Amino acid sequence: MHAPSERPRKRLLRVCVNGRWREDAVADETLLVDYLREVAHLTGTKTGCDGGECGACTVLVDGEAVPSCITLAVRCEGRQIETIEGLAKQGRPNRLQQAFHEKLGTQCGFCTPGMIMASEALLRRNPHPSEAEVREALAGNLCRCTGYIKIIESVVTAGSEAA
Amino acid sequence: MSTKTFAGTRPRRGVPLIDGIEKVTGRARYTADLEHADALTGRILRSPHSHADILRIDTSKALALEGVIAVITGGDCPHTYGVLPVAMNEYPLARGRVRYRGEPVAAVAAIDEATAERALHLIEVEYRVLPGYYTSEDARAPGAVLLHENKPGNLEREVHHEFGDWQAGFAEADLVREETFRCAEINHAQIEPHACLADYDPLQDRLTVQSVSQVGYYLHLMLARCLDMEASRIRVIKPFVGGGFGARVEVLNFEIVTGLLARAASGKVFMQLTREETFITHRARPHTDIVLRIGMKRDGKITACAANVVQRGGAYAGYGIVTILYAGSLLQGIYDIPALKYDGYRVYANLPPCGAMRGHGSVDTRHAFECLLDRMARDLGLDPFGVRRANLLKAPMFTMNGLMVNSYGLPECIEHVERASGWRERKDKLPPGKGLGMACSHYVSGAAKPIHWTGEPHALVNVRLDFDGGVTALTGAADIGQGSSTMVAIAVAETLGIAIDRIRVVAGDSAVTPKDNGAYSSRITFMVGNAAIDAARNLKTILVEAAARKLEAKPEDIESGEVFRVGHGAQSSLPFAEVAKAALVDRGAITVSGSFTCPPEAQGGKHKGGAVGSTMGFSYAAQVVEVTVDDALGTVSIDKVWVALDCGHAINPLAVEGQIEGSVWMGMGQALCEETRYLEGLPAHASLLEYRVPTIAESPPIELAIVESNDPLGPFGAKEASEGALAGFPPAMVNAIAQAIGIDFDELPVTPDRVVQELVERRRQARLQQSLKAAS
Repeated sequence: MHAPSERPRKRLLRVCVNGRWREDAVADETLLVDYLREVAHLTGTKTGCDGGECGACTVLVDGEAVPSCITLAVRCEGRQIETIEGLAKQGRPNRLQQAFHEKLGTQCGFCTPGMIMASEALLRRNPHPSEAEVREALAGNLCRCTGYIKIIESVVTAGSEAA
Repeated sequence: MSTKTFAGTRPRRGVPLIDGIEKVTGRARYTADLEHADALTGRILRSPHSHADILRIDTSKALALEGVIAVITGGDCPHTYGVLPVAMNEYPLARGRVRYRGEPVAAVAAIDEATAERALHLIEVEYRVLPGYYTSEDARAPGAVLLHENKPGNLEREVHHEFGDWQAGFAEADLVREETFRCAEINHAQIEPHACLADYDPLQDRLTVQSVSQVGYYLHLMLARCLDMEASRIRVIKPFVGGGFGARVEVLNFEIVTGLLARAASGKVFMQLTREETFITHRARPHTDIVLRIGMKRDGKITACAANVVQRGGAYAGYGIVTILYAGSLLQGIYDIPALKYDGYRVYANLPPCGAMRGHGSVDTRHAFECLLDRMARDLGLDPFGVRRANLLKAPMFTMNGLMVNSYGLPECIEHVERASGWRERKDKLPPGKGLGMACSHYVSGAAKPIHWTGEPHALVNVRLDFDGGVTALTGAADIGQGSSTMVAIAVAETLGIAIDRIRVVAGDSAVTPKDNGAYSSRITFMVGNAAIDAARNLKTILVEAAARKLEAKPEDIESGEVFRVGHGAQSSLPFAEVAKAALVDRGAITVSGSFTCPPEAQGGKHKGGAVGSTMGFSYAAQVVEVTVDDALGTVSIDKVWVALDCGHAINPLAVEGQIEGSVWMGMGQALCEETRYLEGLPAHASLLEYRVPTIAESPPIELAIVESNDPLGPFGAKEASEGALAGFPPAMVNAIAQAIGIDFDELPVTPDRVVQELVERRRQARLQQSLKAAS
């Protein structure tokens, strides 16, 4: 049997992903995005670039929007991680997801999970953001399809419906 | 217990995408999301040289590494591939010669990424370096080494077209002006990096490939060709695709390489390219140099036009011949140009091959044309809107180069943006540094002649009546986010008069769906839309006959829909599911086909290359752009855009809006900041930080209007909506900058350094004039 020549140092990582605590052996250099996609099998979070360029991998760590492609998984020990898969409750999309769907804030959909998670972080700290505040909060998330018009519309709409 | 019934007619504002919920919940599976835990990792070794002969490749050390299952080189595939049957000159892995830095030379399948990476380092390649050419001028210089032996002067294709007496046209003009424009090479930069999953079953000799393709059918053909496999042993499936814009219209080397690796390894291979590799795979809009001359009468009427266009096409043919033909042919079809001379040159250079990008071939020449029109209007003291109005077409008509124009909503588009932007009231009252500019543009609704000519219909859709009362539409058309599957669902629902949620769309699986020429040249709405309507009509005939039998009435008296009725009588009626059952009683299973073929008169002129540019119908757009120029920093901000687009009829207005906004915005990226750059062939902008795509922070509001000219042959009157508005942005912006600061920019993108350079030059000239005046 083949054995890898260098065995990466691993440690037991305990994190809460979308409300469920889990423990996994994770190499020190494993990026959060790879942990989520390959270990937790949550492929909703996307890799769109070679590191910190596009925002497609945005997830929430303790409620803060974080690019998971430049975050080490082991740095999230004991923390709350939320991904796009965690937003819908019992099959019902949350207000942002519903607005992105209805207002066509998503076209090809590849930037969408990151875009929605960054927007989710915004709405939690600022439930009724203005257009300017939406632009500021999403400046690190690239979209190549929409020209951002309907993304802004989606987030503002979700904000106006938020309690 | 409550049962949910199918309900509702289509709201006029449009419907959300039928696969939208998957996208917003993260359930949508893109290629990289497909289960591949059991797959080998594929990696590609790339050339470190721009131009070199390969003297020797030794893969023995890599093969000997534990965990390496297969190593392949150009020796494993003697077949070329390419999108144009007449110009396939590229190998999936280089054979004998590399022609750009980053060209695939060898590939590895190994048990994990680290092993695959180590194996790449163990492959020995010996090169003899040749001179590299990175500009069209250098590649065309006398004595330059030829990239391809059969292409003297490193010219892939020369095009010389003349229509009408252009010399007489220039002679009778009151004003003739010639300008030179340079447009930078730009990239699609779709957010999803390239990926491919190939699974080869050695026992059955079958290959299944899932990839990011816009045209699964071409991929299917090229896999069969390059792997020497019977096409029926191959299955190509399109998962969700994270954007295309033309990047994935051609079959790409990594897709064939993944297939070759899977067969060599007798298993499953997963290949994911980095963002840098995705940029290197390129295939986007070429660097283009344009010398454009227009002759004009005092009233703004164009008398003649002459264009000389040079495209730096990169190292291989790709779509090149079509791109250089489009650049000439689409000078027509928008204005009345009585005489035209076109000289086009597609040049080989030691850079990643260019290809098709949104607005294929037409964008840079349209930019030059619309800028020059504005400058000539200024010379003649005419209004930019007036000059466009002086040259409108009268549909229906054929242009001099044989392009069919059946519907023409450009006058309404122009009218709309002039009014909406407050052009007349505002244009001359703007503060310093602010400007308004306008431009028009158009694009084809599908190439009327397919690239792979087979004689078959140009589009096919199957519609299946399901035992449960559902209707399934099967299409090979690739939904890449533009909403084509939603369009098919609407077309079928509207034709049958049933609710859209009764319809399922299955798309892009060669084992299930009919062949389709794919998502290119904005063909899907026009061609696949018409085929879907045809298929639904065929099903409707069967359903109406079944209902007539059941209701004991004549078929012509039956009203169909969610409920089938005799006349208006509510007494004798049957719900859809009952009619479906009645229809299935006789036949057991019902699948009907619908097709669409572009008539011969739509397929362009008889001259060589005349098919390129030919289409069933053109979309038309006009836009006004408002800019603010900071004359200290040189930054150009886009304050607002007003755009109107004639898409014939908006089948799904919500999606049409999304396409117009996206294309205008993409034009803005090209105009403002996007530019690839190479240092001795090394891509310097191969990341989304260095290749500057506009962010949400700097993207302007876009106010749009949909103009519906009702094309006589379009599905419900529809034409394309995704590409036509792009080309208008760059010239409208450059025209607005000219008004804001009085400087005409001839180069794209108009970056701050270029603006500052021009401003500094102008101040220097002013000082010089002043001192000359003082001295005299």
